[in-house]
Amino acid sequence: MDMSGAAFPDNVSRALADGKLQYAMTETGPRFIQKRAKAREALPEFDQLRDQARDIKDHVLANLDVYLERYEARVRASGGQVHWAETPDQARAAILGICRKVKARLVTKGKSMISEEIDLNQHLAENGVTPVETDLGEYIIQLRNERPSHIIAPAVHLTRDQVEADFRKAHTHLDPNRDLTEIPSLVEEARAVLRQKYLAADVGVTGANFLIAETGTSIIVTNEGNGDLTQNLPRVHIVLASIEKIVPTLEDASTILRVLARSATGQDFSNYTTLSTGPRRAGDLDGPDEYHVVILDNGRVNVLGTEFQDMLRCIRCGACLNHCPVYNAIGGHAYGWVYPGPIGAVVTPALIGIENAPHLPNASTFCGRCEEVCPMRIPIPRMLRHWREKEFERHLQPAAMRWGLGLWAWVARRPALYRRATALAARILANQGHGAGRLASVPFASGWTQNRDLPAPQGKTFHQLWKERRR
Amino acid sequence: MSARETMFTRIRARLPAGTAAQRAAAVDERLARHARNLVPARGAGDEAHRIGVFTAMMEAVGGTVETLDDVNDVPHAVAAYLRRGNLPAHVRRGVDPLLARLPWHRGGAIEVAEGRAEESDRASVTRAFAGVAESGTIIQISGPENPTTLNFLPEAHIVLLEASQLFGSYEEVWTKLRAAMGEGNMPRTVNMISGPSRTADIEQTIVRPAHGPKNMHVIIVRGS
Repeated sequence: MDMSGAAFPDNVSRALADGKLQYAMTETGPRFIQKRAKAREALPEFDQLRDQARDIKDHVLANLDVYLERYEARVRASGGQVHWAETPDQARAAILGICRKVKARLVTKGKSMISEEIDLNQHLAENGVTPVETDLGEYIIQLRNERPSHIIAPAVHLTRDQVEADFRKAHTHLDPNRDLTEIPSLVEEARAVLRQKYLAADVGVTGANFLIAETGTSIIVTNEGNGDLTQNLPRVHIVLASIEKIVPTLEDASTILRVLARSATGQDFSNYTTLSTGPRRAGDLDGPDEYHVVILDNGRVNVLGTEFQDMLRCIRCGACLNHCPVYNAIGGHAYGWVYPGPIGAVVTPALIGIENAPHLPNASTFCGRCEEVCPMRIPIPRMLRHWREKEFERHLQPAAMRWGLGLWAWVARRPALYRRATALAARILANQGHGAGRLASVPFASGWTQNRDLPAPQGKTFHQLWKERRR
Repeated sequence: MSARETMFTRIRARLPAGTAAQRAAAVDERLARHARNLVPARGAGDEAHRIGVFTAMMEAVGGTVETLDDVNDVPHAVAAYLRRGNLPAHVRRGVDPLLARLPWHRGGAIEVAEGRAEESDRASVTRAFAGVAESGTIIQISGPENPTTLNFLPEAHIVLLEASQLFGSYEEVWTKLRAAMGEGNMPRTVNMISGPSRTADIEQTIVRPAHGPKNMHVIIVRGS
C-alpha cells in the first residue's frame, strides 16, 4: 500500500479486491458495534458523561498554555523530566538521546499512535537500538512491517492463519511441528516470547491516554498488561504524548475514562488503567530509575482556534472507525497514513497537509454515525465539509470535478433554469428506465453504473411534487 | 529559541490576547478545587450493595471473589485457592504490615516470600489500597509494602481487600489518596485493575491471559 496519503483511490480498489481483508472486516466489524451499544445501555448516565467529557477538553484547549506549564511543574516536582518536541525529528532525537545516554540496546514499547506518527521504530533500528512492540496486535504488525489498521485493534485486518504464518516465520527457535491452530496457542506463544523481552529491555516506551495537570501524572490504558511490564521492568520509562492529552484533575480523568472503554471495546473499564508519576521512590523495590515525558506538537498547535479545533478533543477510542461504512468496507490501510477512519480523514490533512491527503475528506458518505457515537462529540462530518471547502479553494480537485461543480453552481443559482433542466432530465431518464425502473447506464455516470443500477426517476421533480401537494 | 519556547509562543498566539493572568487564575482555582463531575449511581449504596456490585463486575470479566469475616482466615483461603488452581504452595508478598501480621502458619505448608516479583513466582498476594464497586476495580499503589511487579508478573494475583476500603466510585478513592499523600502528590504508580489480563487482538476473540496474570482472586474481608 502507498503510504503517501495521496493514493487513496488505488488503495481502495486493492482493499475491495483483497479477500482476506474483506473476510476479516465482515467477521469482526459488527462485534464492536454490539459491544458498545450494550455498554451504553448499562450506564444511564453515559450521554451526560459525554457532554462533560467534551466540556473538560474544551476548557483545557482554551487554556492549553497554562495547563501545560502546570503539568510540567508537577512532573519536575516528582523527579521526572519533560522534553518538548515541535516536530517528529525533535521527538525522535530526544528519545534516541535518552537511549544512548543509558546505552540502551533493547527497547520494549507499549502501544502508541504517536510513535507511529514519528516513525520511532525505524529511527531506533537505524541507530542500533532494537524496538520491540509488546501489545499483541502491534507485535504482529511489527513482524509484518505494517502500520496499524485500527487505532485500538491494530491487527484487525488480519486473520488467524496469517498470524500463524507470521509466528512460524519469526519464531524459528521453536518446534516447527507445534500446534498453532487455535488462537489461544498463538497468544501463549507471544506471551512467552515477549516475557523475555520485558525482562531484558533497557528502556520502556509507552504512550499516554491522558496527562494530569494537577499531579504531573501520565495514564495508560491496556487490557493485556503489556504497558505495565514495559514501564516497570526496565531502568528507564519514556512516555510519548502529544500536547492535547492534558486533563486538569483526577476527577476529570475519571469522567473521560468512563466513556473511553465503553466507546472503544464496550468494556465498563479496561483491565489495566495505570497512573504513573515520576521515577522510583526511596524504598521502592521496582519501577524505573528515570521517568521522561516527550511532548509532541507536530502541527496540532496550528489547529487551535480554527474551525478544526474540536478534533483535538479526540481520545483515540476508535468508535468512529467501528461505526463507519467506508472504514468497514476498505479497512484502515487504505487511508494511507497513521490515523484511519473518519477521525483519520479529519486529522491527517491537519498534520501532513491537505495537499498530501487530497482524497480523505471525500472518504465519507456523510451518514453521521461517527459524530453520533463519538464520546467527545466531535462534529466529524462538519470538519470533513470544511476540508472539502479548503480543497476547492486551493484547486486540489481534478479539473473535471471543479468544472462540474462550477457548472452545477451556475445552474443552481438560476432557479427557473434549474427547474426546467431537472424536469427535462427527470422525464428523459424516466422514459429510458421505463419498465425496469432502473438504469444500467447513464452518460457521465459510468463510475456509478459500472457496479450497480441507478434507480430511474419517476418522471416528476421534487419541486413539481411539492407544488402539487400544496394545492 | 528552544522548542519549548517556540511551542508556548505559538500556543499563546492562538489564545485570546491579554487574558493570560485571568486564565492562569481560573486554572489554578480549578486545580485546587478538583471538583467532582457527574458520578454514576451504580456503585452508591451500603456495604452489602458495594460488595454485590463489585463481585458481579469482577466475575463478569473473569476474576473470582470470596468474602470472609475474619482477616485471620486469609492464609487458609490463599492456601485453598492455590490448591484449587494446582499451583505450588508458594506466594510472594511485599512488607505490608497487615499482610506481615497474618497467621500464615494457618495456611498449612504454604511458603511466603517477601519482596518484588521474580520471574519464577507463580502467585502473589497484595493488599489493595482500595476497591471500586462501579466497575469491579482494585486500586493498588506502589511501594515496598506492595511492589507493583506483584500485580503483573505472577500468573495468579491474590488481592486482600478490606470491605471498609471498597468505595462506590473512583472519586472517593481520590479523596482517600489525597488525604494519604497530600494535595497534588501521587504514589509513583497507581494501578486500577479490573480482572485478569486479556487480549482480543486476533479476530476479536477474547483470550486470557495476554501478558499479565491469568487469574485474579479478590478476598474481601468484612468488619475490618
